[in-house]
Amino acid sequence: MDQTVILWTMVGMAVVTYLPRLLPTLFLSGRTLRPMIAAWLRLIPPAVLAAMLVPSLLVREDRLVFSHDNLFLWAAVIAFAVAWKLKSLSATVLVGMGLVALGRYLGWGM
Amino acid sequence: MDERRRKAVAAFGTGVRRAMPIVLGYVPIGFAYGVLAGKSGLSDANTLLMSLIVFAGSSQFIAVGLFASGTGPAAVILTTFVVNLRHMLMAASLAPFLSGWKKRHLAWFSFELTDETFALHTAKANQLAECRLEALSLNMTAQASWVVGTILGIVASGLIGDVKPLGLDYALAAMFIGLLVGQCENRVRVITAILSGIIATLLYMVGWHQFHIIVATVVGATLGLAVEQWIKR
Repeated sequence: MDQTVILWTMVGMAVVTYLPRLLPTLFLSGRTLRPMIAAWLRLIPPAVLAAMLVPSLLVREDRLVFSHDNLFLWAAVIAFAVAWKLKSLSATVLVGMGLVALGRYLGWGM
Repeated sequence: MDERRRKAVAAFGTGVRRAMPIVLGYVPIGFAYGVLAGKSGLSDANTLLMSLIVFAGSSQFIAVGLFASGTGPAAVILTTFVVNLRHMLMAASLAPFLSGWKKRHLAWFSFELTDETFALHTAKANQLAECRLEALSLNMTAQASWVVGTILGIVASGLIGDVKPLGLDYALAAMFIGLLVGQCENRVRVITAILSGIIATLLYMVGWHQFHIIVATVVGATLGLAVEQWIKR
């Protein structure tokens, strides 16, 4: 792909990423939100993270895959345990990547 | 050194120190991004620039994948918008605590608002109004470590033949797992995550490959709120 096109696409990405970060900060600073809205906002992070994660673990070519050769899913089970025990983002990432690397080395899954 | 400057240096140092858990996560993940971007055909300059001007980990990984598959600019930008729209909700939840900040400080602070910096700021939200310098230094340290990781990845990209044997294509999923567990501090949040994950998966399977994230997020959080209200009763 042409690097100039990529450059301008990234400028667009920067704008659409910055505006949602900026506008509420500017316009809501120092105001109190209604308790119901604040409670809803607190649930957004777990909701969005799960929405990005779960399909990437379970779906292969538009089909649910729970079988033993779904390496991503089984690596995730162990990564969850590591994240729970150690409460460390970097340890979770390194263990997750390490398991997938090991699985592939042993010829397991995709 | 006068008193004011000494306080400023101390606040700056506290911000850097508080950012250390993020630094430990961002350097390896930024590294994975740098390698993947190089392997996907992005120039070194573009790879670095994205970490400087976009600074949103998950969407940077997603964009690299889309560039590699030849997706057009409009679809890449729209996907980025949808994936990063969650920051709007994070900004809205921190904003009430940023009273008395100047506009230019707010503009700078919000530029570096990510899932991770948000989590740290939320933990000390009540002190945000007084600790402006500390908050800004925390954010800057986080982005600096992301950029350093990216540069290391760019350098390594030429030395690594394929990302799959190293599991680098799993970095994003593993990062989401770590962040998600950090967010699941009570039952309602776990239920919200499960509901949202199921909805996103169903939508994805019926062919919604971009909007499944935002729709599942809004519906999942709303259902979670309903559960929370119902438990309280």
